Amino acid sequence: MNSIGNQPCIKSVKLCLSHVPNLVRHGSKPQREIDAHPETLDEILRAARSFEDAAAYPPHQAFIGNLTPEDLEEIARPWHSKPLVNASPIGPDGLIVEEGPLLCLTAATDPFNLLRLDPQYIGRHREVLSTAEWFTKDDFDALGDGTPQETLNELVKSRGALPLLEKDELIGCVENGHSEDSSLGREIVLENLMAKSSAVLALRMLSGVEERGTDIDYVMGCGEEAVGDRYQRGGGNLAKAVAEHSWCSNATGSDIKAFCCAPNHAIVIGAALVASGLYKNVAVIGGGSLAKLGMKFQGHLRNGMPILEDVLASVAVLIGEDDGFSPVIDLESVGRHTVAAGSSPQAIAEALILEPLASKGLGILDVDRYATELHDPDITEPQGSGNTPLANYRVLASLAVQRKEISREEIPDFVGRFGMPGFSPTQGHIASAVPFLGHACRSLTSGEANHTMFYAKGSLFLGRMTEMSDGMSFILSRNTNAKKRQKG
Amino acid sequence: MTELSGKCVIAIGERDGIPGPAIAEVVRSAGAREVVSFTQCFV
Amino acid sequence: MRANGDNEVVVVLGTPDRDSTEIVTQTVTTGDPSYAGPLSGIPLGLPVIHVLDERVAAQSDPATYSSEIGLMLDALETDALVAATRTSESG
Repeated sequence: MNSIGNQPCIKSVKLCLSHVPNLVRHGSKPQREIDAHPETLDEILRAARSFEDAAAYPPHQAFIGNLTPEDLEEIARPWHSKPLVNASPIGPDGLIVEEGPLLCLTAATDPFNLLRLDPQYIGRHREVLSTAEWFTKDDFDALGDGTPQETLNELVKSRGALPLLEKDELIGCVENGHSEDSSLGREIVLENLMAKSSAVLALRMLSGVEERGTDIDYVMGCGEEAVGDRYQRGGGNLAKAVAEHSWCSNATGSDIKAFCCAPNHAIVIGAALVASGLYKNVAVIGGGSLAKLGMKFQGHLRNGMPILEDVLASVAVLIGEDDGFSPVIDLESVGRHTVAAGSSPQAIAEALILEPLASKGLGILDVDRYATELHDPDITEPQGSGNTPLANYRVLASLAVQRKEISREEIPDFVGRFGMPGFSPTQGHIASAVPFLGHACRSLTSGEANHTMFYAKGSLFLGRMTEMSDGMSFILSRNTNAKKRQKG
Repeated sequence: MTELSGKCVIAIGERDGIPGPAIAEVVRSAGAREVVSFTQCFV
Repeated sequence: MRANGDNEVVVVLGTPDRDSTEIVTQTVTTGDPSYAGPLSGIPLGLPVIHVLDERVAAQSDPATYSSEIGLMLDALETDALVAATRTSESG
C-alpha cells in the first residue's frame, strides 16, 4: 500500500450532459446518411427531443447523480417512455445544459473566432447565461454581440463555412481553420470546439464552482478527438486549452490517447503522479464526441422513438492527496492488458479483473460493485447492437462460475447484485466505467461499500494500426486512513 | 459446409463478444488454410 | 484471399447477441438486411457458423478452444446465437 501522505484519492467528480439536438445532423452517421439521402434530415429533425424530455430521461438523471443505478433498474424499459416528473437538470455530480448556452460557451472560448453566432440567437440565451454559475462576465465579453445574418450568409456562401441551423433558421456558422488544410476543415473544427467547450463545462464545475482551479497542477485529457493541423494531425493537448478556459492558471497538461480506455489510463496515470509527489492535484477531463451524435438514429426512427443520441457528455475528475476521507486508488492493484496477454475474453478478464483482485487478496465476490462499459441499452438495442453492460457483466459472472465462486444458475443474480444497468450516452470514452464514479464515491464514503472496480476496454483495432484491443482497471476503495482527516 | 479444414475463413468478431483474433486462433487449430479476421465495435 | 472453386470460404462469427448475429448472417448469405451498406442487394451465399457452435469446437484443438472461447459459452446465449446462424442453412 502507498505511504499515507501520497495515497491518491478521488476528491471530486463532475459529469455533464449538453443537449444538442440541432447538432445531431453533424454526427458521423447522420451526416453520411443525409449526404446519401437528403430526405433523412427531415426525419431526424422530426424525431428530436425537447430539452425537458432529455433532462427528464431517467438514464440522464442517473448520469448526473439524481437517480442511483438501483433506482434506474426499478424503472421498466424503455426509459424514454418514462420521463421523471419534476426532474432537475442539476444533480450532485453535474448538470444538463441546453444547446444555446453551450454554443455560447463554445463561441466565448473560441480564440480564433471560427464559430460565429447570430446576435438574436445569443440574445435568446443571455438570461440563462447570466444566472449560470459556469458562465462569467469575461465570457460575455469574449462572446460579444455576435455576427450579423448578412455576414453569416456571406461566410457560408463565399468562404464555405458550415451553417449552424436551429431547425431551418441560420443561427451561426463554423469556418474552416485553414483554406488548404483538411485537418482544420470546418467539421473537424466544430468537433474539436464542442469537445473543448463540453470539457470546459465539466472542469469549471470543479475549478470554479468548487473553487479548486488554482490548486490544480496538471490536467489530463482523455477524449477521442484529434486536435492538430496537416503536419501534426493529432498534436493534441486539448487539456491545456481546456485548463486555460477553466481558471486553472497553475496547471499545464497533456492528452492521453487510448480510444475508449483513455479515461481509465488517465486516472491511473494521474493517481501515479499524485502518489509520486510530483503533483498534488491532477484533473482528468474528457469532452463530448460530436461524431457519435445520432450514431444509432436509424434504429430509433425505425422504432418510432425520439433520437436518443442528442447529448454531448463530458467528465472532470479531481485526483489529489490523501485527505483521510476521499476514496483511494490502490496503485498496487491496477489491471493492465499487456501486449503478450492476447485478445481472448479469458485473457482480458484475467488481466483486468483476476490479477488486480489477487494482488489485494480479494475474490470476485469481495468487490461491492463493478463498473464497466455503461452504454444505455435504450440506445443500442433498437439498432441491433445489444446490451453492452449486460454482455460484460455476464462475462464477469462466467469468470466467477469458472472460479467456482458462484454456480451457473446464479449468473442472473450475480449480474443484478454486482452489475448495473447502462445509463451512459454512447459517447465513447465517457461511457467506459467513469459514469459510475460519483455514485461510487458516495457509496464508499457513506459506509455502504468498501471496494468498487472500474474496468474498461479500448478498441485499438479501429485505427487499423493493430488488431489488439486494450483494457485497464483500477480499484477504488473506502479511505480507512483516519489519522489525516483534513479535507483537501 | 461446416468443415473448416483447408478452408479460407472470414472471422467476424465483436469487441463485446469474441474478438476476431481469438476466432482466428480457433479456426487455425481446426486446419483453416487462410484466415482474415475483423473485430467489430458498435459503441 | 483468393478462393478457387465452390465452398472454399466459410464465415465464422463471434457476435454476442441474437440481433447482431442475424444481421451479419443475412448480410453474408442473402444480402444486407438494412439495404443500406455496400452489400445491400448482393446475395453472397456464404456458409456461416458461430464460433460457439459445437461443430466448431469439435474440429478445434480443445486447449485452444477452451482458452480462446471457453469463458463465453456461459456468458453468451449460445443456443440462440447458434440458432440464428443455422437459419441460413435451412434455405
